[in-house]
Amino acid sequence: MTTFADQGLEEQIAQWREYLRRRQAFHGSDIEELEGHLRDQLTALTEAGLAGEEAFLVAVKRMGSLDALSREFARAHSERLWKQLVIGPGAADESAHTGHTEMLVVLGLAVAAALAIKVPALFGLQIDGGDQPFYFRNAGLFVLPLLTVYFIWKRGSGAASLLWLALPFAAAAVFANIFPFSKNSDTERLTALHLPITLWLVVGFAYVRNRWFAGGGRMDFVRFSGELAIYYVLIALGGFVLIGFTVMMFASIEMKADRLIGGWLVPCGAAGAVIIGSWLVEAKQSVIENMAPVLTRLFTPLFTVLLLAFLGTMAWTGSPINVERQVLIGFDLLLALVVGLVLYAASARDPQARPDFFDGLQLLLVVSALVVDSVALAAIAARISGFGFTPNRVAALGENLILLVNLAWTAWLYARFVRHRGSFATLERWQIAYLPVYALWAALVVVMFPPVFGYR
Amino acid sequence: MDMSKDLVAASATPLVLAILAEGDSYGYAIIKRVAELSGGHLQWTDGMLYPVLHRLERQGLVAAKWSASDNGRRRKYYRITKEGRTQLATQRQQWQVVDGTLRGIWMQACTA
Repeated sequence: MTTFADQGLEEQIAQWREYLRRRQAFHGSDIEELEGHLRDQLTALTEAGLAGEEAFLVAVKRMGSLDALSREFARAHSERLWKQLVIGPGAADESAHTGHTEMLVVLGLAVAAALAIKVPALFGLQIDGGDQPFYFRNAGLFVLPLLTVYFIWKRGSGAASLLWLALPFAAAAVFANIFPFSKNSDTERLTALHLPITLWLVVGFAYVRNRWFAGGGRMDFVRFSGELAIYYVLIALGGFVLIGFTVMMFASIEMKADRLIGGWLVPCGAAGAVIIGSWLVEAKQSVIENMAPVLTRLFTPLFTVLLLAFLGTMAWTGSPINVERQVLIGFDLLLALVVGLVLYAASARDPQARPDFFDGLQLLLVVSALVVDSVALAAIAARISGFGFTPNRVAALGENLILLVNLAWTAWLYARFVRHRGSFATLERWQIAYLPVYALWAALVVVMFPPVFGYR
Repeated sequence: MDMSKDLVAASATPLVLAILAEGDSYGYAIIKRVAELSGGHLQWTDGMLYPVLHRLERQGLVAAKWSASDNGRRRKYYRITKEGRTQLATQRQQWQVVDGTLRGIWMQACTA
């Protein structure tokens, strides 16, 4: 076997293979073929008297530049890039069998998620009846445990982690259901909104397995979350078309499909789509260009322009922010969006690259978001005494504070980076270190707010 | 001698087909054979042969098969097909026309 005794040479070959693997144009068998060629060449060169290192340099040089090579491969197989989008794994070095098993597991879990949401109906809780609050409070609990199971299976994490990860879900089920919420209660709505955020962190633990503190695991999870959101929206669009046709066709035979849609199609589809979407992200992550960073690049300049125009207009006309009921939440969402833009730009960025124009733009975006938010906060603070503390307001203020702290420090780190005083890696570390804060705050809202505010 | 890129690209198909017409072969051996036949004048970037082979495979001019090689690794062997032989014959005629024409004009230049 032409495996080389020279350990360094084998390592270099492995590294070269890794480079090839990152290119979308090469399939597993192409890489094997090219590697075979490289090894033949290396054997010939070492037999001719070249040392391992020299032989490797010559052989790689003769192979040609990877850019040119992958361009030629892509040209010879123009269908590949597209086909991989549709067919998924198996085409690469994974055998067709594992792809098949995974498909079955995913389908099974998706169906389980779709059915899980119908289980309470067996006990008389109607989703399209008066029991909607129950479903909203527990929304995450129908799907996310199954998603966690998928990742435990996929990563081969074993029974121990299954037990550990089951604990937070059990706790969540308790806190979602023990409180005696009053009718139309704000704290109940807050629970429904915040519980999934907390549980998403648990999914993250399953996703990264034991790489939470190392190896960019959390950044991978951030990428995954963004891609999932995009796939989910795409699937939902398809779902709307399906619903539209269902209504139209049943109407043509004078039947109302409301119960079918509201009771089955929407909830089951929404639950199953989470699993299917996650599987799509997992299957395609090596294949297509990630969408989230592309959207980030597209929208960062636009949002920067919006914020600057807003500030400019406000300075010019002197009109104060009209503090309405929803305004605080609106600015929360704005900050969350800016954090998202920063996060996804960071996830796609090479931490080693030098600051460029886009980094300047991001800094401008963060700073202008900070200014806009401080203006809004000032306006709100001026009137908060008159408002009194309701659960919604405290939650919104807390979130604003959390995002503000994140962005302020981000701005500082970004400024240092742009002026060549610090590295981008610090900024990235800050962003991912901050992730659990969101989940912890959400957990706090779920656990503390209802009793503190008397379940209003 | 530095050959023009276009010429190398144009001659790749008939060369590969002709070498495979001698007998089944694999990438590395084909490259070695090209170097040998051209006395080292035709230098390909090694990797570039494979897209050519894959394209020929898709066109049905060659067929490929993975089998074990003497060194224990899998190797992809290529074989010329019937269509490949027909294509080779056509290409051969075309190249002979080019070759003959150029020869004619250069002979005149010598004798004149």
